[in-house]
Formats: sequence, structure tokens, C-alpha cells
Amino acid sequence: MDRRLVLAGFAASLVAMATRAAADGQPRRIAVVARKFVFIPNEITVRKGESVVLEFTAPEVVMGFFAPELGLRALIVPGEVAKVPFTADKVGRFDFLCDVFCGDGHEGMNGHLVVTA
Amino acid sequence: MSAPFDRRDFLRLAGVGAGVVFASGLPGCASMAAAPSTDFHFVQLSDSHWGFDGPAVNPEAKTTLKRAVAEVNALASPPDFIVFTGDLTHTTDDPQERRKRMREFKAIVADLQVRDLRFLPGEHDASLDKGAAFQELFGPTHYVFDHRGVHFIALDNVSDPAARVGDEQLAWLAADLAKLDKDAPIVLLTHRPLFDLAPQWDWATRDGDQVVAQLMPHANVTVFYGHIHQEHHHQTGHIAHHAATSLIFPLPAPGSQPQRTPVKWDASQPFRGLGWREVARHGAAEFALDQHAVKGA
Repeated sequence: MDRRLVLAGFAASLVAMATRAAADGQPRRIAVVARKFVFIPNEITVRKGESVVLEFTAPEVVMGFFAPELGLRALIVPGEVAKVPFTADKVGRFDFLCDVFCGDGHEGMNGHLVVTA
Repeated sequence: MSAPFDRRDFLRLAGVGAGVVFASGLPGCASMAAAPSTDFHFVQLSDSHWGFDGPAVNPEAKTTLKRAVAEVNALASPPDFIVFTGDLTHTTDDPQERRKRMREFKAIVADLQVRDLRFLPGEHDASLDKGAAFQELFGPTHYVFDHRGVHFIALDNVSDPAARVGDEQLAWLAADLAKLDKDAPIVLLTHRPLFDLAPQWDWATRDGDQVVAQLMPHANVTVFYGHIHQEHHHQTGHIAHHAATSLIFPLPAPGSQPQRTPVKWDASQPFRGLGWREVARHGAAEFALDQHAVKGA
């Protein structure tokens, strides 16, 4: 199957899941897959003041998530879900990256966490 | 022969007394050749990434390290020894290919006329197998040696793929430092910066602050490292940290652009930003740095 279709379907299911979670009054859960050498999704948008839980999985090898400006960090071990609770208190576009060396392409494995007003 | 040197960096370094650096590229400063009473000198080579394949970045990837070896051999005054501060090879998922690249690297540097060679791993050499292949081919990933009154410490901040020195090595470092007088000259060699140079680019060591805290009581400490593929000079208190250029491709200035993508090859200026350095000791903890560009001819 076309990789883009798979990713699009995956993203749609994430939105549905996130909507359900928000309707329950619980923090919105945002699933992020860390695979060689990309985060899916690699741009995550939240609202200022919104409580979310970033839920990372890594199907291949140990990965890391690090957003230095936000003080967020997690080790992502295959077979486990690394949960990062987060409530943004400032608007902006913040870099994140994989901070566990994972191979040739590690240096380009990064993304952005966008906090809107 | 000399590369540009940031004047502000020099002035910051020059103001601290111990650890003063004379850069030959800076007008008004003593060059290595001009500086009096050199105690000894060594050469630092770094980040050769043997096995890298990217013609847009370096079409001379198979000759750059060899050129540097020839240039070091051509020095009028041979260095006492040569240190390689990591990323000797470019990473690969294939353990056999990793060892093949390391053997090829060793064969190239075997042409160095100076026989006292000291190797450190970078994350490309060691992070995918926790240093196993490096140790097979080059020996321990952390160690000490003494040379003409200076205590050298090689510290491994890459065998842990999360860029930690780790508790065990920190304890080893503490035990080693405890044996030294507080004013003993110390040179620490490592791959990654020990301070948060650009955390958003992974240019840091996760527990580097603990290393620096251990070094702070010691009056004469200088750090030489690699990883960032460019000259960079920084102070943490009285401790000077000097990053080296690469022998494969330059990287942009820390945090200067969104991505840490390699600087592309410029055919009009081949080998621009690639090079190696001589380090000469003058007195207690004064080091003169002399930057050499890899020549295109």
C-alpha cells in the first residue's frame, strides 16, 4: 500500500482518538511513532493551556524525544509507551529531536511542537 | 595555513589567565612558531567519518583523510603524538561493515610517521554497539596518559547512545582526579561538547555538567573535543573548551539555522572548512592552537 496513504490513515485515526479523549474531559492523547529516522507526526499542534499527553512508541530501536526549550524528554523503548504529560504555557514553535543516536539519519530526526493561542 | 579566529572568543579566553590561547590567525597574537619555549606539541585530528558517501557534500571523501595524513607528515617539527577525537568512521547498521571501515581507517593513519596515536570514539563509531567494535580495533574508550608533566584524560561520552558519560565513568574520573594536585596541568579529550552548546542539535553531553563540576576545583584544565565539525572556543569558568574542524564536511554555526545539515561542497573553494590543528604547550596551562586547512592541491 502507498506509504502516504498509510500515514494519512494513521493521522486520521489519531485525530479521531484525540477528539474522543478531549470530549471525555481527559488530557488529549497524541500518539507519536518514532522510527528510523522520522517522528510521525513530526509537527504537533496544541493550544496554549491545553493539557495533552504525548504517547511515544518506537517499533524498531530505542529512540529519544527531547524538546529542550520546553524541558520535555523521554526515552522511547520498543514495546513500551513513553508518556509525556504537557500543558503549554507559552505560544510558539518549539524544536524537538531524537537524542538517542539511532543510525545514519539520526541527525535529521526532528520536528516541531507548535503552541497556538 | 591559519583559519579565521573569532576575536571575541579570543578576548574572552585571553582574560582568564590560565588556559590562555594564542591563535596564529589573530593579528597581534603569538603564533605557535613565534611563541617562546614550546614544551611540546601534539596534533588533533577529528571527525574523519571514513565510509561517508555524499558527493554533494564532499566529492573528495576518499582522499581528505589521506591528505591530512600527508600534511601532518610534512610538518617541519613532528608532533610528540596525535589524538583523534572521535567519529573516525561514519556509522553503519552493519557490524561487519563498521569493522571494515575501522580497519580501512587504521590502514590510512598507519602512514603517519608519528607512531604515538591516541584514539577516541565518536557516536558514529560507538553508539550503535556500545563501543564494541571500537574496543576490538582501537582499545579502551576511556583512559589516561601523562606526557611531559601534563595529565591527559580521554573521556567517552558516546558509547551510551543517549550521550551520557555514566555513573561508572564519572566515578573513575573522580578517582583519577583525586590523585592529582589541584594545580596539575590537565587536558581532557572527548568527542561531544561537555556543555550545552546547542541542545536542539544534540550538541551536548547529558551529564557533562557533572564532568565539569569535577574539573572545576582543578586550576589548569583545557578541553579538546570534536563532534561539531568546526572551530569553536568556549569557557566554563576557568576551563577552556576547544572544538576541532572535521575531515569530511563542515557543519553550520551552532543554532544558526533550523537543521544541522552539512555545508555543501564549494568547487570554487575545495576543502573549505576542513582541517586539523597543532596544539603547543607553553608553560603551566597555556596552549597555542595552530589551525591547518586541508589543501586542495
